[in-house]
Amino acid sequence: MKLQKTLFTLLFALAAVASAQEPDFRGIVRSGGQMPSIAVPDIRGLVGTENESTFNTTLWNDLDASGQLRMVSKSFYPRTAPRRAEDIQPTGDNLPVDPGDRGLWLVGWSDPPVSARYLVFGALEQSSDRLVLNGFVYDATLEPVQAAYVFGKRYYGTLDEKGAQTIAHDFSRDILQSLGLGTGLAGSRIYFRSDRSGFPEIWSMDYDGQNLKQHTNYKNIVMTPAVSPDGTRLAFTTFVEGQPKIYIHSLETGRKLTFYNQDASLNTTPDFLADGKSLVYASSMAGPTQLYMADLDGRNLRRISYSRTIDVDPVVNPKTGSQIAFTSGRSGIPQIYLMDIDGANVRKLSGGEGDAVQAAWDPKGEQIAFSWTRGFEPGNYNIFVMNVASQQLVQLTHGAGRNEHPVFSPSGTHIVFDSNRSGGTQLWTMRADGGQPRRLTTQGKNTEPIWAIR
Amino acid sequence: MISKRKIALATLNISLALFAAGCKKEVPPQPPPPPPAPVQAPAPARPTVTISAEPSSIERGKSATLRWSSSNATSASLNQGIGTVPASGSREIFPTNTTSYTIEVTGAGGNATASVEVVVRAPPPPPPPPPARDDFSTALRRSVNDTYYDYDKYDVRPDAEPVLRANASALKDLFASYANGRVLVEGHCDERGSNEYNLALGDRRASAARDFLVTLGVSAGKLSTVSYGEERPQCTTADESCWQRNRRAHFAVAP
Repeated sequence: MKLQKTLFTLLFALAAVASAQEPDFRGIVRSGGQMPSIAVPDIRGLVGTENESTFNTTLWNDLDASGQLRMVSKSFYPRTAPRRAEDIQPTGDNLPVDPGDRGLWLVGWSDPPVSARYLVFGALEQSSDRLVLNGFVYDATLEPVQAAYVFGKRYYGTLDEKGAQTIAHDFSRDILQSLGLGTGLAGSRIYFRSDRSGFPEIWSMDYDGQNLKQHTNYKNIVMTPAVSPDGTRLAFTTFVEGQPKIYIHSLETGRKLTFYNQDASLNTTPDFLADGKSLVYASSMAGPTQLYMADLDGRNLRRISYSRTIDVDPVVNPKTGSQIAFTSGRSGIPQIYLMDIDGANVRKLSGGEGDAVQAAWDPKGEQIAFSWTRGFEPGNYNIFVMNVASQQLVQLTHGAGRNEHPVFSPSGTHIVFDSNRSGGTQLWTMRADGGQPRRLTTQGKNTEPIWAIR
Repeated sequence: MISKRKIALATLNISLALFAAGCKKEVPPQPPPPPPAPVQAPAPARPTVTISAEPSSIERGKSATLRWSSSNATSASLNQGIGTVPASGSREIFPTNTTSYTIEVTGAGGNATASVEVVVRAPPPPPPPPPARDDFSTALRRSVNDTYYDYDKYDVRPDAEPVLRANASALKDLFASYANGRVLVEGHCDERGSNEYNLALGDRRASAARDFLVTLGVSAGKLSTVSYGEERPQCTTADESCWQRNRRAHFAVAP
């Protein structure tokens, strides 16, 4: 009877997860005190120590890096944890006196010393040549057990390190989503410019610095990467033909796609529109670098900015698709401006004290991150975030070296940027409120990051 | 005319000569002639040899001819590894250094040698090539100079104007001398701006220099521009003197 009920609950939950909508990457940044706490005891199984260890490390890091949860230290955990839903004992039945023995009771996780709101548990198994995870999340503060159930799901991966990473990423994404905490960072990839091969080329890696991949091999200057919203196209500037031109590669085949460059000394800083069907870029075809919009093959060109000086580095509001932030020298020094997609309603966002450059939208299209030398010597940029509607400004870095190229994660919860605070220019992530800075790269000079959904 | 005094002297001399003859003692009898030598075969004649070189002085790599002739010789041999040769003859030689040739001839009457030296001169150095015209790249580098800009600016500074005027004059001369010469005006920036903005800024700097030159009559068709932004700095130290060196327009041969 009890088993039947549990199975029913599990099936119902699986159906609910399966019908869940596509992630909307809505990010929420909470301060530490507001973050729900979660206990994530190691999930064990007979699948080889290394895969088990990779899985548990990846899951922990994914949940921790989300910046959405307070991870309760494992030192407080009871000695055992449930492996299956039916392992959980009803509250009150034979509750051991020693908290260390209360691992099968939810109160053993919600009461001191653990004091977690949520409990993650499950079992890893090897089924023929696959890695299988039955993973669960319970709200340990609720009873009865049926009420405490948040979700459970079965995951399959290849029987190797990569498979262990993949199911940990998938599980962590579902945990965050089921708790209303966005989708986390797992599965997202950071594209960036690195000279580690001897030339500046475009590379990518997982959000945590793993699984590096080189995307260009022009053995020339390659810079200003952009990735289409669906993660299938990579645009960038290359000097391979002498004068800088825009190239677009398919991220699925790795091949160069057709893009018609205007006859100009400079075509650069491409960015895809939210619809993925066109892009904006800067070109000197009419003299000073101005902003243009074109189809993905470069045809159907429309000029969208009209100044007598430099306009460059346009980024389109990913939510509305109707606004463009860009850098312009029209006031004498580079500043961040905002205008409608047709070039109307130009207004300055940054305050004019020092260079302000490199605007990037948050996924909700409400905030713009940018680099600003305000209060510092030229070249010493810090990262700021401005709410476009209220013009409210938050400074996220404070003079720790040169901090540039801020870009929001697809979840909106984090920002990747480059900084020379540790010596050479390297990539760092931080929460969108400036907390939890983490260094991702060490080899060569790494700069100009882009954070893509995959 | 013979004077009486000379006649008198001559007479005296004759008298003295007669007196001397009158005092000569009596002559002893002559010894008998020696007996005639016994009859022998006549001794063989000694060989002789002469050698000459024509010419006796050559340039290295050229040849000379040795000529020799001998008499009373039955065989002849030249040194310097040549060996047996006819008793009289000639031979072309190619010495690489000054060499003494000795010929030895042998005949019934003995040996004889003769030598001749052939002087070998180093060939004269090749005539120096006519002074080469600088290639376009060298001429450009020699006569056209970088111009410099202020931070975040791309207008031509007053101190850059005379440089650009001199560049314009030099470029006009260069394009007249080098019909195929074309120049790439490069715009560069220091590292402090953002690299995206610097691409655009360098483009403006290159255009500003190009436009200034065109205004002064340099053919626009001979000039193209490129911006390297902050990608190709001249120096990398973080101080104003290095930054200033990097904020420049540079004039290179167009590819």
